[in-house]
This record gives sequence, C-alpha cells and structure tokens, in this order.
Amino acid sequence: MAGHRKAILARTVVIGALALGLAACGRTEMSEYPLDALSPNGPIAEELDRLWQIVFPIAVGVFVLVEGLILIAVLKFRDRGDGDLPHQVEGNTRLEILWTIIPAVILAGIAVPTVGTIFELSEAPAKEERVEVEVVGKQFFWQFEYVNEGFFTANEMVVPTDTPVYLHLEGDPVYKGPDGREIQEASDLVLHSFWVPRLAGKTDFVPGADRYMTLQASQEGTYLGNCAEFCGLSHANMRIRVRAVSQQEYEEWVAQQAKPAASPPEGPAARGEEIFGANCVTCHAVKGHPDNVGQRTGPDLTHFNSRTRFAGAIFDVEDTQQLRAWIRNPPAEKPGAQMPPFGPDQISQGELDALIQYLHTLD
Amino acid sequence: MTAVADTPSKGLLSRPGASSGWTSWLTTVDHKKIGIMYFAAALIFFLVGGLEALLMRAQLSTANASVLSADAYNQLFTMHGLTMIFFAIMPMSAAFFNYLLPLMIGARDVAFPRLNALSLWVFIAAGIFLYSSWLFGGAPDTTWVNYAPVQEVGPDPAGLTLGGDHDQRMLFYSLGLQIAGIASLASAINLIVTVLNMRAPGLTFMRMPVFVWMSLVVQFLILFAMPVIGVALWQLMFDVGFDGNFFRVDAGGQPILWQHLFWLFGHPEVYILILPAFGIVSEILPTFARKPLFGYAAIVFSGIAIGFMGWGVWAHHMFTSGLGPVANAAFGLSTMFIAVPTGIKIFNWVGTMWGGRMRFSPPMLFAIGLVAMFTIGGLSGVTHAVVPSDAQQHDTYYVVAHFHYVLFGGAIFGLFAGVYYWFPKAFGKFLNDRLGKTHFWLQLIGFNLAFGPQHVLGLNGMPRRYYTYPSGMGWDMWNMVSTIGAFIIALSVLIFVVNLVKSVRSGEQADADPWDARTIEWLSASPPPPHNYDEVPVVTSRDEAWHRKYAGGGGEVPRPVPAGASADHAEHGEEHHGEHIHMPDPSYWPLILAAGLPLAAWGVVTGLWALSGIGLGIVLLSAFGWAMEPESEPEPHAESEHA
Repeated sequence: MAGHRKAILARTVVIGALALGLAACGRTEMSEYPLDALSPNGPIAEELDRLWQIVFPIAVGVFVLVEGLILIAVLKFRDRGDGDLPHQVEGNTRLEILWTIIPAVILAGIAVPTVGTIFELSEAPAKEERVEVEVVGKQFFWQFEYVNEGFFTANEMVVPTDTPVYLHLEGDPVYKGPDGREIQEASDLVLHSFWVPRLAGKTDFVPGADRYMTLQASQEGTYLGNCAEFCGLSHANMRIRVRAVSQQEYEEWVAQQAKPAASPPEGPAARGEEIFGANCVTCHAVKGHPDNVGQRTGPDLTHFNSRTRFAGAIFDVEDTQQLRAWIRNPPAEKPGAQMPPFGPDQISQGELDALIQYLHTLD
Repeated sequence: MTAVADTPSKGLLSRPGASSGWTSWLTTVDHKKIGIMYFAAALIFFLVGGLEALLMRAQLSTANASVLSADAYNQLFTMHGLTMIFFAIMPMSAAFFNYLLPLMIGARDVAFPRLNALSLWVFIAAGIFLYSSWLFGGAPDTTWVNYAPVQEVGPDPAGLTLGGDHDQRMLFYSLGLQIAGIASLASAINLIVTVLNMRAPGLTFMRMPVFVWMSLVVQFLILFAMPVIGVALWQLMFDVGFDGNFFRVDAGGQPILWQHLFWLFGHPEVYILILPAFGIVSEILPTFARKPLFGYAAIVFSGIAIGFMGWGVWAHHMFTSGLGPVANAAFGLSTMFIAVPTGIKIFNWVGTMWGGRMRFSPPMLFAIGLVAMFTIGGLSGVTHAVVPSDAQQHDTYYVVAHFHYVLFGGAIFGLFAGVYYWFPKAFGKFLNDRLGKTHFWLQLIGFNLAFGPQHVLGLNGMPRRYYTYPSGMGWDMWNMVSTIGAFIIALSVLIFVVNLVKSVRSGEQADADPWDARTIEWLSASPPPPHNYDEVPVVTSRDEAWHRKYAGGGGEVPRPVPAGASADHAEHGEEHHGEHIHMPDPSYWPLILAAGLPLAAWGVVTGLWALSGIGLGIVLLSAFGWAMEPESEPEPHAESEHA
C-alpha cells in the first residue's frame, strides 16, 4: 500500500510539473530570443498571437480539468482490497450530452475569431502604402528583388518600420538581363517556407506558383528568420535577416542599393574585379561589373559588403578567413551548396585575396 | 470443407506438415502465431526506429554538433518516421488485430488464413526491402512526407556533396511503401470479412468489444486510405524512375498534388495508428476499474464518427501552402470539430474510472498514461486548428511535440498497455509486474522530458528537420533536456525487452482469466489451443465473460454449441472436445509469394529487369500454386488423440 501511495505521489509531481511546464510556454522572459513566435513585434504577428492568447488558456483549462479528474479518480477510486465490486454503471446520458455539447460550444467560440482572422489576413495591403519584395527560395539561400526599386539582394532584407511589406513568393521567376532579354530561372526549384516569427507567420514558396504574404515591423532592429519547409541538405542553413529601419534610413538604403557597383580604380581590388569576371559572373550578378550577364544562379553580389552575412546568412561577411574557405570549397562549408569548389589551380592564393578585397568594396 | 480427401489432389507443393518447431512458424496460417510474429517483427523495427531517434537526439543535444552529417541526419529522420509509422505502430496494431479479433468474436481463425500469413510476410519483405537501401548507397532522405519537388530534384541538386543517385533512394521509398501497402490492404479485407461474418452466436454489433469496433473502423480506413497513397507512390515511381511528370514543375507537373494525395492518405493514417490503442484502452480500463465501459455506445459511435470525419481534415497539414482563405477556414473548422468525438472518448474513459475499484497493474498504468498523455496531444491539436496561429507552429518542434504526444503518448502507451494485458493470454505467463511498473514510470518521465520541451522549442522558433542549429536562440537547454528524455525512454524500453525475454522463459504462471476480465477471449485457455475454443461461446450480453462470473445484470445460462462439429456432438460432453474441428492447413505459398515482391522491386531499383521478371514470376507462380494447393492429410491431430 505504501508503494501505491508513493507511486501516486510521484504521479502527482509529474503531472503538476507538466502543467507548470505547459503554462510556462505561455509567456515568460523568453522575449530576448530572436526567433520567438511568442514575442511578436508587428501587427501581423500580433494578430496571430492574439488568437494564441485565446486558445492557449482554454487548452490549459481543459488540460487541468481532465488531468485533475484523472488524478482524483486515481486517488479516490483505488481498490482498497475490501472486496466489494463497484456499481456497474454503464453510462449517463445527461453527462454524455453535456460533454459533447460543451466542447462543441467552446470550439465554436474559438472558430469565430479564427475564421475572421483568416479572411482579414488574406487581404493584401493597399498598393500605395506597401513595400513590395519578390522572394525566390533557392537551394540554399533567399533572393529578394525590390521590384519597384529595381535591385536584388540576398538573405538580408531591409524594410521601413510601420509599413506593410508585401512579399510575392515568385515560383516562376523571369528576369531581365543587362541587355534587356529575359532570363528564365532554372526550373528545378523546390519548396521552401519563408518565416520570420516575430513579424509574421510562415508561407510556403511553391515552384511554378505564386504565393503572397505580408509582414510588418513595429520597432527598428534585426529580425531573424528561417526556412521552415524541408528543402534539402542545407535546409537548416538558409536563414533570413530582416532589418527594420526608419523611413529615412530605408530610403537611403534603397538609393544605395539601386546604384550599380563602382569598379575599383586600381590595386588588388581591381585585379579582383577581373578575377570575378573570369570565374564568377556565370552564376553571380554584379550590376555595374563590366562582364555582368545578369545570371542569378547564385546570390546577387552587387552590394555584397552592405550585408552582414553570406552563404544563406550563416557566415560573417567580414570574416576573410571564412570567405577564403568558402570559395575554396563551398560544399565542405555548407552541405549541398551548389557553388563548385575553386581550387588553387583555378584561383591562386594571391588571386583569392584580390577577389575577396574586391568583394569587400561592394558596399 | 470437411476433410474427406484420403488421396489429396496434386498441387505444386504438398502441404507442409510440421505443427511445431521453427518451420511451423514459416508456414503457419494460425492467426495467433501470425499475431506473435507480427509483434516480434514490429518490436524489432520499433527498436531500430528508436535507435535512429537516439542518434538524432545525440546530434541535436547541443548547438552546432557534428555527431551526424546533414545527409546522415536526413536519412535517419526520414527512416525514423517511416519505420515507426509503417513498420512499428501499424504492424504492432496488426499483431493485436490478428491475435485478438478471432478470439474476441469467438471465431476459430480469420476468414482467409493464408491471406493473413501473406500480409505478415509481405510486411516483413517490405521492411527488409526498405532497409536494404542502406546497402545500395543510402536510404530515403527527403522526409517521410517526401514532398515534391525535392523528391525529384534531390537534397543536393549539384551533387557536390553526395554525388549519389537520389532517384534510387526515392525508388526505395516508393516501392517499399507500396509493398507495405499490399500487406495492409490484404489484411484489411481479411479482417473486415472476419468481423462481419464470423462472430459467435449472439455477438451482435452492439455487443462487440470496443477493440473489435475500433479495429473494424481502422480496417475500413486502411481499405480506403492505402489506395490513395498507392497512386501517389506509383506516380513518384514514374517521376523518378521513368522521367514522368506528375510532380515535376518544369514538365507541367503539380508539386501541391503530392501533398493532397499524401495527406488524403496521411490524415486517416493518424487514426489508423491511434484507434487500435483507443480500443485497447477501452478494454483495459473497465477490467481494472471493475465496472463496465462508461457510455459504450458513445465510445463506439464517436470512433465511427472519427473514422468519417478523419477524411475531411487532411488540408490542415497544408495551412501554409497557400490554399486560400476559404479552404483554410473550412479545414480549420473541420479540424476543430473532430476534437468533439475525441473529447467524448476521453471523458467516457474518465467516467469508466470514476467510481471504480481500480487496480494499478502495468496494463492499467499504461492505459491511464494514454488518457493523460493523449489529452495533451489532442489539446495541442486544437491549437493547430486555429489557422493563423498555426502559421507560427507549422513545421516547428511544436508540431513534433504534438504528434509524439498523439502517437507515442497515445498509440505507443496504448500498445504497451495491450502487451501487458494480453501477454498472459498469449503465453500463459505474466510479464513481471515490478519490471512493468518500472518500465511505465521511466517511460512516462522520459517521454515527457523528451517531448514536453519540444513544445517550447517550437514556439521559440525552432523548425523541424534541422540537422543543426546555432546557439543563442534559446534552444540549447531544452534540446539537452529532450535528449536526456529520449535516453530515459530508451532505458525504459530496454527494461521492457528484458522483461519480455525473462517472462517468456520463466514468467509467473497465469490462468485463463488472470485479470478477472470481461470479454470472451478470457474464456479460452491461456495460451489458447490452435482452434481457440473447444466450444464456441454463445454471447448473450456485452461483457459476456464478466456476466458468466457475476450474477446480477448477466444474461441467461450459456448454451454451448461446438461449432464445426457434427450435430450430435454436443451431447458427448466435455471429454471429446476438439474433435472434428476443421482447422486451416499451413502453407508454403504466402512466404514464397511475399519473397517475390522485393525481388521485383530490387530489379526496378537496380535496372536489372531480369530480376524483376524473376520476382514477378515467383509472385504469379505462387498465386497459381496457392490456388491449386492440395489439402493435407485428414485431421492428423484428431487421429493421434485417439491413438
């Protein structure tokens, strides 16, 4: 009997801890976590969070009720060895109707704001007040095209605060090359999912189809995101950084990004530009580079040095050592990377340093 | 049907004769032996799947770990999912269907005993085939849901990291699951016919044990769900093996089509996995609370309702794929309302416990564990139905936590409950009680440590299917806790295996009805004779066995009728039982036919078409031999009894 009581005590502790643990998921001091879906920082993410705020306490309530009933039953209706059989109760229609109808009513209560929010969020923000970005997910990085401003960037996106950013996840991308002819993106794209938790929920990137979503930041700062739909070996290595800035700073950034890259006047960086032309332009676009053909197999590097990260936003742009290792053998640094290795027979050590110097001029 | 053939007609092979020894297991058509083999094979796959999980948890225990490469991790999590769903939980449920359904309905065997053996061997062949992929250079690696078009494009399109042939891995996925599907379909048809036609006299539908009801619902779900995935797998095979264009975007294919087909199968599949456990718990709770199931009809009809509604919620797996607001709202609502019948079950189970005299033997502990743990999975499921909020949870560890609370906290706890409960029936011995309780508590603790924190991880933004993660995201501690929990689960399962081995050898003896149970399988001996019942019981009420033991509420005095015996036989009384009961003969063909399928599939994978030809030849020849199979010598066991 003592063993029983101990077992029951242990159960009480486990279930109690579980309840506390679940309750803790609600809201604690987690807000410093950069990917925390429970710390929204814009009206879209707040809308989603509002629904969570409704359904989570209800779930906790039902949890406490059911586990509490189980606990009471376990404590109260143990076989105490007195030999009596319990009443052979086969059911209770009134109770059963009750616990059919009450959950249905509660669920209907959850359904109303859910459906309302679904339709509300499916509305596109007004054309004149939104920033439009065309998003293409590739194995394994994100390409962003500021359509109206006419430039490309990768992995890092800059947006003005308090402005809806309307993302067009473009599954069938076609670009204009520098000579004006159209370039069709390679068609072996796969699914990805664009997710910056503190700014919005996720939306899948679907090859061959168009998807749309809106995000909006209330405060300045850098918001992190990830690919959330399995896409291959480096699914874990295609991150997103959204930098929210003031309207003025945003306009300055746009003006800078829209400019073509300037050729370095002389020195190793100028040599680097030539090496880039000989090795890199078949996959990377650098607007303003004399040999640019506008190919977008790899990320657009026109303003490479204005970003903080590269290679799916996993490595630091300023880390020269890492850049060397990357160019020498990308798949070794990031599994599944499609950029081929450039060994010393293709790019000598000196050339590599020159190339990296060139990349660091691309502000 | 009666065994009168003194000179058996000639077939391709004569009937095998052995009724004991290891060869008898290979040729048996006895549903009980088949059930035990289903269990043994499923347990092995469960252990392998668990090992895969431990490797993954080792890799994820700390940020930026390098225990596994991305490729190894992807193969492991894909195979973990496939193994646990298709080769552990489904066949472990099948072990219970096979062993118990004929006993519970008072039948001597299933309707098509050889087909039953075929299901077993085909399932094992499918598992061997799928796992052989590692000998051919790599297992499927693009998730168990295997979305298009990464299934065609591959996880490493440039081939600079792997350089391997991804299409081959996909052929293993497609053909392996296709073969497993054959086993499930054959079994579903067999069991539907068995339950509908072979119930004991008086066993009306509304007297059937809930486990039989849930099993019947599951067989119908399998019958309709498997063809859907079958079509999708076939299309995948054409895409990757023969330049088909069902899902290839550049050829006009539709990647989203795969998702619809997969989940139109995949959601009913969830109920295929969980309803058997619900049935098991509905048997165990009344026995150990010593009172009838509370609201039998409500539990039965809510199970049927889940079976129907389960077809109308598949797109809730696709809320972020861009279905549009109307479809999202519709599937959100249907998903919410499937929670109602599920809730009914949970409240009725609590009602069953309420007012009882509960004994906390291991079966009861695991059954209560299911009610307590599944509730959590059900509640997190309701939060997914809130579509906009699901856009945060989808494809994160929150979902991983959710479905492990459903499939581990639900199905696995229920199946373990069933193992502890019916082990004495199958082996005439108890599983050790102390080890059983240790197993339960360790598993309950390990399970909650492993999967509870994953709720938090998901809400804190950790996506699924990541082989690595950076530190500084708030994920480090919970991942470590989760890994510790996984290893505690492993320890608990190890204790279970030790218990199993020890108890099969030298467990405490159990009589025919060791738990003072309620359903008729406990009227048969432990272990039951090959023909199950000397005299098929006549059922006069729900909980027939209970009413025979306890007056008050019980039915009339049973009128034993020996089924399969001559009409005058009943008068001979007890001594001559077992005579003239015609049991199906063992057969070589199910095993031989099953062996042909993976051969044919290996031929497709390797491009050795001759091998495919041989495999298909074996299948056709076996079908012919099967059809032409002679009867064995008439009634050898009856003869020896007289000698």
